Amino acid sequence: MRLSGSEIIIKTLADLNVEVIFGYPGGAVLPIYDAIFKQNRIRHVLVRHEQAAVHMAEGYARSTGKVGVILVTSGPGATNAVTGLTDALMDSIPLLCLTGQVPTHLIGTDAFQEADTVGITASCTKHNYLVKDIEDLESTIAEGFYVARSGRPGPVVIDLPKDVQNSVTNFKSIKVKSMASYKPAKKAKLNNVKLAIDAIVKAKKPIIYSGGGVINSGTKASRLLTDLVDYLNIPITQTLMGLGAVSANNKNFLGMLGMHGTYEANMAMHDCDVMLCVGARFDDRITGNLKYFSPNSKKIHIDIDPSSINKNVKIDIPLIGDCYYILDMMLKEFKLAKSKIDKKSLNKWWNTINKWQKKDCLSFSDSDKIIKPQKALQVLNNELKGRDAFITTEVGQHQMWAAQYLDFYKPNRWMTSGGLGTMGYGFPAAIGVQVAHPKKPVICVAGEASFLMNMQELSSLRQLNIPVKIFILNNEYMGMVRQWQEFFHGGRYAESYTDSLPDFIALANSFGIKGMRVTDPNELKSSINEMLDHDGPVLMDVCVAKMENVFPMIPAGAAHNEMKLSDKDDKETQTAEGLALL
Amino acid sequence: MNDINTHTFSVIVDNKSGVLARVVGMFSARGYNIESLTVAEVDEDRNLSRVTVMVTGTTMVIEQIKAQLERIVPVRKVVDLNNEGSFVNRELLLVKVKAKGERRVESLRVADIFRARVIDSSNQSFVFELTGSAKKLDAFIKLMQPLGLVEVSRTGAVAILRGEKALLKR
Ligand SMILES: Cc1ncc(C[n+]2csc(CCOP(=O)(O)OP(=O)(O)O)c2C)c(N)n1
Ligand SMILES: [Mg+2]
Repeated sequence: MRLSGSEIIIKTLADLNVEVIFGYPGGAVLPIYDAIFKQNRIRHVLVRHEQAAVHMAEGYARSTGKVGVILVTSGPGATNAVTGLTDALMDSIPLLCLTGQVPTHLIGTDAFQEADTVGITASCTKHNYLVKDIEDLESTIAEGFYVARSGRPGPVVIDLPKDVQNSVTNFKSIKVKSMASYKPAKKAKLNNVKLAIDAIVKAKKPIIYSGGGVINSGTKASRLLTDLVDYLNIPITQTLMGLGAVSANNKNFLGMLGMHGTYEANMAMHDCDVMLCVGARFDDRITGNLKYFSPNSKKIHIDIDPSSINKNVKIDIPLIGDCYYILDMMLKEFKLAKSKIDKKSLNKWWNTINKWQKKDCLSFSDSDKIIKPQKALQVLNNELKGRDAFITTEVGQHQMWAAQYLDFYKPNRWMTSGGLGTMGYGFPAAIGVQVAHPKKPVICVAGEASFLMNMQELSSLRQLNIPVKIFILNNEYMGMVRQWQEFFHGGRYAESYTDSLPDFIALANSFGIKGMRVTDPNELKSSINEMLDHDGPVLMDVCVAKMENVFPMIPAGAAHNEMKLSDKDDKETQTAEGLALL
Repeated sequence: MNDINTHTFSVIVDNKSGVLARVVGMFSARGYNIESLTVAEVDEDRNLSRVTVMVTGTTMVIEQIKAQLERIVPVRKVVDLNNEGSFVNRELLLVKVKAKGERRVESLRVADIFRARVIDSSNQSFVFELTGSAKKLDAFIKLMQPLGLVEVSRTGAVAILRGEKALLKR
């Protein structure tokens, strides 16, 4: 079969069951666009900025468990993709990003729209490639795809010079050999599993702390984790990345942990005697000050990436491998030996936890005059019950409130930029989710400032005509920045007021999209239902209280058991040492 | 536990363009210190290169460096030689000495003691070649300094395990 490089690229992707590419054309990828034009196996979604293409692919990947595929041109196309790639690297999202490149004979000459894409993206990808020979095209794409989705997933870039796209060869499909240098672990050592089980059975105050690794391991891993929680009757807290793996309904779920986690989750993390960490990485927003982090616990850590072990926190029993396999091994061992945690001590532990839960740390002072952002999310949460909704967020206070006040019952329903904290992520991510799930409700919980970072995608949304709902909690501030300025910089609100905002209704209308505004708390419920029931995209401007702060909060440099619960709590939010740790 | 030690890693990598940049980039991105680094192809048939890298850090940092090296996709194998028993480690040094008369004679005598070889000579200069541990090379340089040393070129360390054990099957 005589095929051009571009045809091989599209054929290989289609053979890998790629359904959709998010992209933006340019000179260095025109041959690939020509190949896309001439086929109908793969759909192309046109974006309005390459960063958004990557976030869409992330939303697609996180809501499906599949690899998200992106196509951008050389130079500025590739550099625009860098933020999205870094975001995917931090949150372990499988992506394959194809970048155009100047012809091989021009590489290194500062040619028009040349950038050292492999050099620039080396530190924001799991791996990257430059294909200089058409004969390597198929194997490189297949290998890149495998690297992206296997082990700890991540973004992969393949740089494609224009002459390689244009050249023609006698194409014969080859089986990709297994890779000699890259072999991700699957199952842990059995003796370590036994040690872990032994430690858990002997525990008096155990806790499970799970993260995004469980989601990445697939829905079966989430089910096994739920089984383990139920079998042991053990408390579980989940990270920002891990929400939904075990249902918010589960009676053993203590809520999210970390800087803005619940009081009970953080107290339990601090006081526990055995901690089982499943697919999480002891990020600084989780641990608070490492010096005081869970001082008396034996720590068991399941992770597919050996470099996560002992990176920030000393681990007693490492279990390296895919959570699914390890949870499966553990559950079988537990059931085989019929071993359980001593009921009496477990009851005592639950009594302590119930006392912490009574603090009702997420309560807030409501108002019937002005919409409290927490209230807006509570109402949204109620109206979404039973609808199997997918939620994305931007970054800021609204993101933390969404994590606190929305319930997730299944994995892959919650997409937020955790590691990089990328404003501008949520809206394009929601479009990517909706492309994958055309019939499901998809809501982007946004802040007005974040939304402005990728609002050009309203045009993509209009073109796709899919029913994404953008729910802007508009406090007219970069609220999270303002909160930190209030706590750490004497209330000097330097440049954190979001001045000169557009009229969001008019903005939406100008793209042919329905716009709504709600200011009265009594109209929240009906407005939200109007939004959800609208058969098309909606941009909703929810005007909320401007000076609200996110609580609870672990003050800078403090320990898990030193949370500040509200504005009235007179706990100091800062210490000299803490400020440096921020 | 928090003692700082020097460890020598042997890293077997696919000999592809950009691999060294990935290895070095990992060290700079994560703020680890490289004491020395050498690289060369060691197996043409299998297209493999061997990087020898000496690093310092606490046990936790050294373990982390190993894990981070193993994460790099074209890295085949990472061995912390300090954990594998005893190994030998050598550097290569070239020193240029410019001297006349008594100092010229003395430089030859010192070279003889160190068993350095003269690999180039002119009326007024010698180039000496010496292999050995970093310590030995440092001592040689120190002695040559007052004798007219004008230039030094040296490699980082290369290392190999003692005994019959090999890192890769042939
Ligand atoms: C690209 C980017 N730039 C800057 C920041 C720093 N930052 C974090 S939150 C935030 C404010 C977000 O404001 P908004 O979207 O209105 O959300 P709010 O906190 O008000 O809910 C800023 C500027 C960031 N996270 N990402
Ligand atoms: Mg705001």
